[in-house]
Amino acid sequence: MTSITDPPRGSFRPSMLINDTRYRSYTFQAIAFVVLALSIGYLINNLFTNLAAQGLDIDFSFLGAPAGYDINQRLIEYTSQSTNLQAAFVGILNTLLVAFLACVTATIFGVLAGVLRLSNNWLVRKLMAIYVEIFRNIPVLIWVLIIFTIMIAVLPGPREFRGDDPSATMFLGISAFTNRGVYIPLPFFERGFGGGLDFLMVLAVLVGSFFGARAVNARATRIQEATGVRPATLLTNLGIWFGPLIVMFLVFGLRFEVPELKGFNFAGGIKVGGPLIAIWFALSIYTGAFIAENVRAGIQAVSKGQTEAAGALGIRPGRIMSLVVLPQALRVIIPPLISNYLNITKNSSLAILVGYADVTATLGGITLNQTGRAIECILLLMLFYLTISLLISAVINVYNNAIKLKER
Amino acid sequence: MKKTAFYGALAVAGLAASTASAATLDDVKARGVLNCGVTTGLVGFASPDANGVWNGFDVGVCRAVAAAVLGDSDAVEFVPTTGKTRFTALASGEIDVLARNTTWTFSRDVDLKFEFVGINYYDGQGFMVPRDLGVASAKDLDGATVCIQTGTTTELNLADFFRSNSISYEPVPIETNAEAQQQYIAGACDVYTTDASGLAATRASFENPGDHVLLPEIISKEPLGPLVRHGDNDWGDIVRWSLNALIAAEELGVTSANVEELGAAPTGNPEVNRLLGTEGELGAMLGLEADWAKSAIAAGGNYGELFEKNIGENTPIGLARGLNAQWTDGGLLYSPPFR
Amino acid sequence: MTTDRTIAFVRTEDVPAMPPPPNAVGPVRWIKDNLFATPANSVLTILAILAIYMILNGTVPWMVNGIWASPSLAVCREILDGASGACFAVLGERWNQLLFGFQYPADLYWRPGLAFVLLFFAAAPVLFFDLPRKLLIFTALYPFIAYWLIWGGSIFGPLLALVGIVAGALFYQRFVKNSFAIGFFGAIAVAFVVWTIGGAILPDGGITEGAMRSVPSRDLGGFMLNMMLGVTCVSLSLPIGIALALGRQSSMPIIKLICVIFIEFVRGVPLITLLFVANVMLGYFFPPGSGVDLFLRVVIMITMFSAAYIAEVIRGGLAALPKGQYEAGDSLGLDYAQAMRLIILPQALKISIPGIVNVSVGLFKDTTLVSVISMFDLVGMIRGPILASVEWQGVYWELFGFAALLFFITCYGISQYSQWLERRLATDHR
Repeated sequence: MTSITDPPRGSFRPSMLINDTRYRSYTFQAIAFVVLALSIGYLINNLFTNLAAQGLDIDFSFLGAPAGYDINQRLIEYTSQSTNLQAAFVGILNTLLVAFLACVTATIFGVLAGVLRLSNNWLVRKLMAIYVEIFRNIPVLIWVLIIFTIMIAVLPGPREFRGDDPSATMFLGISAFTNRGVYIPLPFFERGFGGGLDFLMVLAVLVGSFFGARAVNARATRIQEATGVRPATLLTNLGIWFGPLIVMFLVFGLRFEVPELKGFNFAGGIKVGGPLIAIWFALSIYTGAFIAENVRAGIQAVSKGQTEAAGALGIRPGRIMSLVVLPQALRVIIPPLISNYLNITKNSSLAILVGYADVTATLGGITLNQTGRAIECILLLMLFYLTISLLISAVINVYNNAIKLKER
Repeated sequence: MKKTAFYGALAVAGLAASTASAATLDDVKARGVLNCGVTTGLVGFASPDANGVWNGFDVGVCRAVAAAVLGDSDAVEFVPTTGKTRFTALASGEIDVLARNTTWTFSRDVDLKFEFVGINYYDGQGFMVPRDLGVASAKDLDGATVCIQTGTTTELNLADFFRSNSISYEPVPIETNAEAQQQYIAGACDVYTTDASGLAATRASFENPGDHVLLPEIISKEPLGPLVRHGDNDWGDIVRWSLNALIAAEELGVTSANVEELGAAPTGNPEVNRLLGTEGELGAMLGLEADWAKSAIAAGGNYGELFEKNIGENTPIGLARGLNAQWTDGGLLYSPPFR
Repeated sequence: MTTDRTIAFVRTEDVPAMPPPPNAVGPVRWIKDNLFATPANSVLTILAILAIYMILNGTVPWMVNGIWASPSLAVCREILDGASGACFAVLGERWNQLLFGFQYPADLYWRPGLAFVLLFFAAAPVLFFDLPRKLLIFTALYPFIAYWLIWGGSIFGPLLALVGIVAGALFYQRFVKNSFAIGFFGAIAVAFVVWTIGGAILPDGGITEGAMRSVPSRDLGGFMLNMMLGVTCVSLSLPIGIALALGRQSSMPIIKLICVIFIEFVRGVPLITLLFVANVMLGYFFPPGSGVDLFLRVVIMITMFSAAYIAEVIRGGLAALPKGQYEAGDSLGLDYAQAMRLIILPQALKISIPGIVNVSVGLFKDTTLVSVISMFDLVGMIRGPILASVEWQGVYWELFGFAALLFFITCYGISQYSQWLERRLATDHR
């Protein structure tokens, strides 16, 4: 608005609240706010009236009471005597676990399929197109059910490994793929200090190796820049990566605990539960199809001139993809990729269909059923997902800004 | 599509008058239909057949109540509920009575504010295992993988049982009975545990029922019965005495075959007369017709008939009466007198 | 010509072109170029062929051996006698249940069927711009016809709703020229007045003229339920989504804040928790005894859900418009409502169409989640009554395959339409 149309300040009249664009927005906002507050108040009032009529109340003290049920997949200490709050935490960690795993594998599937969709190979191209269309156009719920059914119907039960002439055998004699989960050997140190410390020790050695290898490579780059000849670093690198590890394994005595059939189940080794695998795989392959489309769109968004320029410089096709096209495509790929990660986190709530104890199954499932505290449980459940979503979005926004094209 | 707005308008306009929370009996009569919560499908207790007609033991109770209140055993709307939704459905008034093999427990009665009107089936939690596993007792189940139908008391009982016997197990919580069966058959779990009646029903639906055995241990008491909301005692009475009428009818020898005849005129047995309304004012006291119990019994027969027809030994489910026999036959069924 | 003699041989006519070498033409060339161009490519091809073989080897005999007539799985197995084969008979036996749910009265199947067919006529003028615009009248009438067909009951209910909306629309047309706000809010008020008066005049029930047997919401089921939820919620969420998107772009801080909170909240939680809310919580928020049924509660929650997503798509469309368009509107002296209605939204919506279609497809797929809250949609029918029945226990692949096929056909069709539309709209721009 220009100063010409501005009436003098002093002459404010109530009618200006409607007729004057400068004040009208306040009127609108005030009305909107009051209407919203009234309707929320009305709903809350209804809620408490209804609850009072049934003699119920909102009370979170059930969280401190013993949960009373067992959970098969737990990352922290938990027994049936633990509280409902602990059960919820077990579920939260399980949700985060499956979401993290599925994000990693979905990205791998998606990038592979997206790149292969643009391959020169007609058959592979068509196959990937079929994969993408089939998974994008069928509900994830049906995929979860189908993959879970495949898992329990196709893989053998532990029972079939038993007997003199079993119908199923262990893979290479050390791993078992059953419909209850996958059992793989568990490495451990014969003369170690116990699981956790040993793990930290290995981690420390690996971190040391990483920095060692980086120093070697940096030195090689310096020499290359000074002389134009890059010294051979392959053997040194291999030595730095594997030498300390091997020495450590020899000193402490690396052994593997091979799973074996004991009683009803396989015992020993590492068990990756069937429900976890089912929901993990289903989410990965479903979301992978969406990521593949993003990747394809991202690659196609990079102008052809870039590929041609790289080709003119004599770069090999594989390296053109990894050094020239993909880094530029990432800017286009990252934002939808993140929303796919969010979708994975939210879709992991379908874990209840396969019996995986995520937060929807513990807090929003068994705890809700056993305590009857539906409103409290669902509110907490939504709060958790909301927090995770906002956190992921925040982290990603920071990253997005960091890689944004720096334009002048 | 503009339905929401329309509904909203209607709610604001005229129908807001119905906000005064009327007694359930009046609601049901005004509606002309009884809303009865049942399971989403458990053969023998409540399941829709290929034509969508609900059948089963719990369904029989619903039909009896509908017949007693409305005089028509088909005036029932069956609302399928899951373990998660059943209590809210009842609390929010979506259903008038919940007849969904629900265990009568202290906390459900007291804390969740429901009124269990009686017990229509005395059950207990059992275990089913494949015969070739060679397990004879639940105490041999150390390390087993156990499929549980989630949302029931079974999860808690199971945890208690294994803890008190200091043996370990791996629970696999399953949403529906059909999916639990799928997992159990495929060998993804060694044991399936739920109420013994449910196990029998499940086993009956298997291709080779003989390949599976029910273990002798019954690890809990599961008195199953219909329930209503706290606070409407008149309605609770109606459901309670409809159930009792079925039980008493069996004790008194009143069946769906002879109820017309016995109810036509007073007989020699005064209790039968009071039950069937040919003597006394019991119906009026409940606010129902005099022949309320007659209609309830005629709907599907007395307790024994319902049992035999839906879950008895001649059905695929093949449950023996056991605890659910009349007290005169050594069971626990004992209807208070109609007087 | 003397030079002629010095050259031994001169060809006087063109040599006919040699055929190219056999490995450079036709299928061989194509195979070489497209399948075995490089060693890595060859490996990929072989792997792909292997994968295809394994999939076909598993499924083809199973499908070819399929049994189409059998009363139960046990009979199927008997007929197959150990061979691998599907038992497609379940689809025939439970066809109506899969499509309509198990409680919809069997003699009334023609009503949802007719509503489904009419849906195409109603949707056609919206989907294809070339059709005569007059057909839109039918589209406007369709919701009422469909409602009446599916739920039945007295025709006066939908008729009254229609009259209210027509009255509102007339009012809007008359007064929108003076001020958009008066026209818009006045129209809503008029519609409500008509409904209130009509609701008071029409007696509850008891009208038999034009009444069809009414079917309660909870008797709806099967694929019909998925379709209804999808169509209803997408149509309802479009206007709400537009309002939310405009609100989020608005310069008024409170309105913007409200819209941002709503959108971020809904987008931050899984649909399944919103459905839990519909199932166990929402009932508490209505006045006691109002008895809003589960279907309506689910429609409310799914509409909220999709409105938030559609709002984000439209916001993208609004943001993509050049700033000059907004300034052009201002410079013409249009007020906010006029500028939005006449300049901004038509363009922004056009850009957003592919995104809106994507959201709609996603939403339609997500309607299967209602099976988790004990509604018997297509998946709910399969997981519940059909797989739990004695006859069909264990028929997983056939049923899941059928459900997958139905959704694939629908969603693939919609996405193909969206691509066609994108191409068409793209030509308009260039």
